[in-house]
Amino acid sequence: MSNLIDLSLSELISNIKNKKISSKEVTSEYVERSKKSKKLNSYIEETFDTALKKAKEFDSKPDFNKKLPGIPMAIKDLFCTKNVKTTASSKILNNFIPTYESTVTQNLWNDGAILLGKLNCDEFAMGSSNETSYFGNVISPIDNDLVPGGSSGGSASALAAKLTPATIGTDTGGSIRQPASFTGTVGLKPTYGSCSRYGIVAFASSLDQAGPMTRNVKDAALLLEVMSSFDNKDSTSVEFKRPMYSKDLSKDIKGKKIGIPKEYRVDGMSEEIEKLWEDGKNYLKDCGAEIIDISLPHTKFALPTYYIVAPAEASSNLARYDGVKYGFRKEGDNLIDMYEKTRSAGFGDEVKRRIMIGTYVLSSGYYDAYYLKAQKVRRLIKNDFNNIFQKVDAILTPSTPSSAFKVGDKSNNPVSMYLNDIFTVPVNLAGLPGISIPAGLDKKGYPLGLQIIGKSFDEQNILNIAYSMEDKINFKFNLKEWWMND
Amino acid sequence: MTKDYLIERNGKKYEVVIGLEVHAQVLSESKLFSTSPTKFGSEPNTQVSLVDAAFPGMLPVINEFCIKQAIKTGIGLNAKINNKSIFDRKNYFYADLPQGYQISQYKDPIVGEGSVVLDLSSGSKTVGIERLHLEQDAGKSIHDIDPKNTLVDLNRSGVALMEIVSKPDLRSPEEVNVYIKKLRSIMRYLGTCDGNMQEGSLRADVNVSVRKQGDDKYGTRCEIKNVNSIKFMQMAIEHEANRQVDILEEGGKIDQETRLFDTKKNETRSMRSKEDAHDYRYFPDPDLLPLEFNNDYVDSIKKEIPELPDQKKSRFIKKFNLSPYEANILVSDLDTSKYFEAVIENSDVKLSSNWITGQLFALLNEKNLDITSSPISAKNLSKLINLIKDGTISGKIAKTVFEMMANGDKNPIDIVKEKGLKQQSDPKELEKLIEKVINENQDKVKEYKSGKEKLFGFFVGQAMKVSGGKANPQLVNEILKKKLK
Repeated sequence: MSNLIDLSLSELISNIKNKKISSKEVTSEYVERSKKSKKLNSYIEETFDTALKKAKEFDSKPDFNKKLPGIPMAIKDLFCTKNVKTTASSKILNNFIPTYESTVTQNLWNDGAILLGKLNCDEFAMGSSNETSYFGNVISPIDNDLVPGGSSGGSASALAAKLTPATIGTDTGGSIRQPASFTGTVGLKPTYGSCSRYGIVAFASSLDQAGPMTRNVKDAALLLEVMSSFDNKDSTSVEFKRPMYSKDLSKDIKGKKIGIPKEYRVDGMSEEIEKLWEDGKNYLKDCGAEIIDISLPHTKFALPTYYIVAPAEASSNLARYDGVKYGFRKEGDNLIDMYEKTRSAGFGDEVKRRIMIGTYVLSSGYYDAYYLKAQKVRRLIKNDFNNIFQKVDAILTPSTPSSAFKVGDKSNNPVSMYLNDIFTVPVNLAGLPGISIPAGLDKKGYPLGLQIIGKSFDEQNILNIAYSMEDKINFKFNLKEWWMND
Repeated sequence: MTKDYLIERNGKKYEVVIGLEVHAQVLSESKLFSTSPTKFGSEPNTQVSLVDAAFPGMLPVINEFCIKQAIKTGIGLNAKINNKSIFDRKNYFYADLPQGYQISQYKDPIVGEGSVVLDLSSGSKTVGIERLHLEQDAGKSIHDIDPKNTLVDLNRSGVALMEIVSKPDLRSPEEVNVYIKKLRSIMRYLGTCDGNMQEGSLRADVNVSVRKQGDDKYGTRCEIKNVNSIKFMQMAIEHEANRQVDILEEGGKIDQETRLFDTKKNETRSMRSKEDAHDYRYFPDPDLLPLEFNNDYVDSIKKEIPELPDQKKSRFIKKFNLSPYEANILVSDLDTSKYFEAVIENSDVKLSSNWITGQLFALLNEKNLDITSSPISAKNLSKLINLIKDGTISGKIAKTVFEMMANGDKNPIDIVKEKGLKQQSDPKELEKLIEKVINENQDKVKEYKSGKEKLFGFFVGQAMKVSGGKANPQLVNEILKKKLK
């Protein structure tokens, strides 16, 4: 057996099921490695002792019918976890311990997984580099001055550094796919309504979706299978027969029609990305798929639309953090003074920026020009996809316009930061599933990803396409483990 | 016709224009978007779920029963039911608003235009309903327990309210009184709101403007917030209308503003001007899908609608030959109408109506009781009425029996028997009795016969006295007339 830490989630599971390794062994290994990896700052809260205790419990009464038997897993700190501090990486929740569990994480624990800890992310998932966290920025294991992407930066970093065999993130505008792309990992944003939003700290309700982040496509299929469920506690949860994604995973994509949208060839896109995309097309052709040039004419409006809709919803969703009921409070002379002091000190700059944008676009006199218009454009973007999916089965695009950038490079330029989401945002606006898979390296040797976008609830199809491509791409990254302490 | 309600100043007459936004608490076991109970008067913060307290990641889930209640109420208001409606967020900060927004309906309410018919002393009047929408109630801020801090009770947070908005069709405090009572009556019939104003189940924002009689343009209105009794509404309107007239008469202009009614000083005062009005930044709640149902759903609810006050009133008039006035009194309260129908099942309608609206109402009033806790059951009142009708007792004796019944709901038949109150209707017995009266009062007989006919009453009185009030007065009259001829 190769090094335990190098096993994929699926391999780990079969080893546990075959009783070759115990949950305790796996958990201890990940705990030890995580303890040595503080430099990455990927954890906010560690639950190592409890994890080890639970692993022992699992081993004493193992249930191998579970899909994640005794598998330790660290998760993004946006999921509320019962009796475990949940902060959304914000000072305003830095002392918040939920008495309840999010549906998605409950699904993980019900299927045998064990919580290793809570992972850093951008504050309230607002950011593309994990630099907006109250608990400090996260470093990518790819290089010592590199951002892991965001907002699920702690998740991507921990996954790529092998501090957890798999993880989960949330994706509002690219927060799973962009960091996956930056760290050479697989990230899937499911169709809106596939995974329950109950118990996930809300950023933008009409866009937020939880999804798996894994080392390979098969693991993503398996994890999605566990995460996705109909939940009557979430009114936007959709009731549909959920496939056995991992069991039905297939490399047969012969005859599948894959669209290449010309609007994603943006100005100033590097040759490397062009080449990556071209390679992707060829891999697909090799697999027997048909490549079709398509047009999604409203693509260029996606980013401005997103940066109206998401802040608008966020400005309202974050109103509850007011110092009255829970979380951080800074006393004031009166109620208004307390609100101002609490929210001024409790929120970081990026969160404040978005609250202000959101408040502005919803204000009377501006609502029609911004919010309402954005909703109309959102409908047009959706229609673009609906129309094109009459002709193609999936769409192939780059995941990001560039590879990962250095810490501090973009943190003072919000617009250039927002441009990171240009390929991922349309997918959230349309509520579609999208997966990013590692597809190559740039000149600097940093990972680049390709994104496959599918029809609503057609995750199986994009997983199959990704699974086939993964095989052809055969992505390798030589992790140097520069961050490890002894 | 009663006179129009007009305010006179310097020889000019002003008309008062009033529109109401009534907040009616939906009668339901649990809240609009959570499963917490809604019981009134519970210990603070004991009926609060994570959703009501707006914990991170908590999501609203609509309570279907509240939707049915709103649809029912809409049907009761003869209103258009909208098959698609949308829940919006109304954003503002306040300590007793945990989410930082109230989930309400803004542009697309569940119920559209409708109407309510008022029975006024001058005749009937139709008041337009603009809309009815569903929304969450806020919690309660308590300022007078802790000297330094405001305490918050979230029991009410998230309770379902129906906001019923009238058109500006009301013209006097009296019409407002009748309108509120009619709304309450309809909702009580439907079982959609208990209408209890003391417990805050029914409150209203009152919009008031004035204009010179004959003008067809509305004046600038002021909104008086959150008035919780009909009496206060009337006082507030009267004060506010006069305030506005005074301003206009001094050549001033009315500022559109929100005002509060001070019940102790009997005056309204400015709360905030139009410029300071909140910008609520309404937008569709992304946590909730548009609310959609088909006509079959509405039809199935229509089948559950009971007979409503207006229908009941016309039935009473038609079937029982009651006057519109009587019918109105009997139907305005569902429990009264139930009591009435129980009594008339075995008794004379006219007598029943008289006794309920007369003696019984007086008794309930005096004891400050609801008809549901009446000391006299419908069954026993029915028996009493039958005793009158068949001549067993006179109306006068009946009043005595009624009083005895009031102390412990005794069967009137037993009372009459025990106390020997049965009316004396045997002509032979009565003849003997009357002969005795005549014999004992020969001097009066002489006077009577010599033309002092007023004395007839004296003989009747004597006969009744001798009989202990039990003699049938009609027979006494007849016999006396014969004997004194």
